[in-house]
Amino acid sequence: MAISRLEIEKVALLARIRVDETQVTALEKDLGNILGLVDQLQAADTSQTEPMAHPLDAVQRLRPDTITEISQRDAFQAIAPSTEDGLYLVPRVIE
Amino acid sequence: MQWETVIGLEIHAQLATMTKIFSGTSTAYGAEPNTQASAVDLAMPGTLPVANEQAFRYAVMFGLAVDAEIARRSVFERKNYFYPDLPKGYQTTQLEKPIVGPGHVDIELEDGTKKRVRIHHAHLEEDAGKSLHEDYHGMTGIDLNRAGTPLIEIVTEPDMRTAEEAVIFARKLHGIVTSLGICDGDMSQGSMRFDVNVSVRPAGQEAFGTRTETKNLNSFRFMEQCIHQEVERQIDLLMDGVAIIQETRLYDGESNRSRSMRTKEEANDYRYFPCPDLLPVVIDEDFIEDARRKLPELPDARKKRFQAEYGLSEYDASQLSNNAQMAWLFEETVRHGKDAKLAANWLLGELSARLNSEDRNILDCPVTGAQLGALILRISDGTLSSTGARKIFDALWVSDDASVDALIEAKGLTQVSDTAALERIVDDVLANMGDQIAQYQEADEKKRKKLMGGFMGPLMKASNGQGNPKLFNEILRKKLDQ
Repeated sequence: MAISRLEIEKVALLARIRVDETQVTALEKDLGNILGLVDQLQAADTSQTEPMAHPLDAVQRLRPDTITEISQRDAFQAIAPSTEDGLYLVPRVIE
Repeated sequence: MQWETVIGLEIHAQLATMTKIFSGTSTAYGAEPNTQASAVDLAMPGTLPVANEQAFRYAVMFGLAVDAEIARRSVFERKNYFYPDLPKGYQTTQLEKPIVGPGHVDIELEDGTKKRVRIHHAHLEEDAGKSLHEDYHGMTGIDLNRAGTPLIEIVTEPDMRTAEEAVIFARKLHGIVTSLGICDGDMSQGSMRFDVNVSVRPAGQEAFGTRTETKNLNSFRFMEQCIHQEVERQIDLLMDGVAIIQETRLYDGESNRSRSMRTKEEANDYRYFPCPDLLPVVIDEDFIEDARRKLPELPDARKKRFQAEYGLSEYDASQLSNNAQMAWLFEETVRHGKDAKLAANWLLGELSARLNSEDRNILDCPVTGAQLGALILRISDGTLSSTGARKIFDALWVSDDASVDALIEAKGLTQVSDTAALERIVDDVLANMGDQIAQYQEADEKKRKKLMGGFMGPLMKASNGQGNPKLFNEILRKKLDQ
């Protein structure tokens, strides 16, 4: 299955990965090959198969509802690009 | 043309756990920014989530309360999108295998008819942080204390047909989660948030119209206003021959207007997939039975009990039993004040009106059940007139821990029931009301009753509102009918 340049650009935007013009051509080929493999998998009959949620055949261990964490704000904010009044500052987002 | 409105709701309720859904960080409200955001909540490299057992217990309790199927095996998925208050770049949620399957909630409409609203499913997920768009030199401030707070998202079928129905359902659901104790229900602090899906269709048409979704309504009043406004907007457009666009809208309660946030074309492709960091969660029968044993009394059962135990009317019982705090305050009041009917009247009358007018929640009601009970005792034993009782109530409302008896004493509001004293007041007042007396004595019985009111006003005034109105009435009749 082929993938279009437009689709690659859209996926790159959604994943916030910067992809330049020259890379798109290479990705078209690589991703096309991967999708070809997926097509091959699609041919298998899965109508009787329970979808696999996790490769490990184990179940989630649950945690008791007790507080185990203390504030480490100073340590975390020491490595943040910008903070003020205890807030992390980021470029303005307007919805 | 007649139009029919179709409404479905999505409700986010913050679960009242001590800690977050995937980390042992406190979820207490109101902490300093980012002091309750640990490495897991911040999505630091190398951290792994571990699911909170209590969040599952609460979700199962909700499922049992709405008669839903509980999934023995549920799966967390990643919902991918970028926003600064979502550190991981995805929200961990449930999609294909939610913990709570189809269920239902029965509501009672204003005309008494019963209606069933189906629950499509309810799933567990994590809340995001908060963005503060105030001025930080053109930057946005991010507080991640809320990030990772457990939410149960409850999704209904499009079963409601009017804004009023939607509000009745929403209130009922609020009553259920607060009675279960799984959510504090404080809407002003975002503990419970409603998204409404609204569409309209010509009456009689089976196919649904195109719907819009309005997000994050944080009061029942805004919810009702918003639905009315959206229905009107859609009908106006359709009458003008304009198609409705499937979109997400934001509502501003202050201006009662909504605006488009994003259309379906702009909608994110969330690229859901099962979260590799979390294994499937398996709930066994013991866990479910344990949750069932923990179920407290729910609004429907409480309503029946209030009718049987306190002799309340169906209406009063239903008004008092839905909200857990209101029900608790009622029972506290009766415990101290004995007279259940009087307690119901005060809670649903004066107290509710006051909370409404001040836009306050029952959670921060300044009057305790013990105070209200004491007030009711003094009304029942004739110490207080209704005017006096209202004055005491006003005083209780604004003071911290006042005693009713001390207030009655301090304000001199003890009702005067001394017949001799009351007779003297009646004589004094009547001495200046010759014309009215003549008018009264010429009137027939029916008219006399009406004229009595003209005497009661001056009498109450002359006694500083302290005269016992019943006794005044008797004395007055005796003197006038002589």
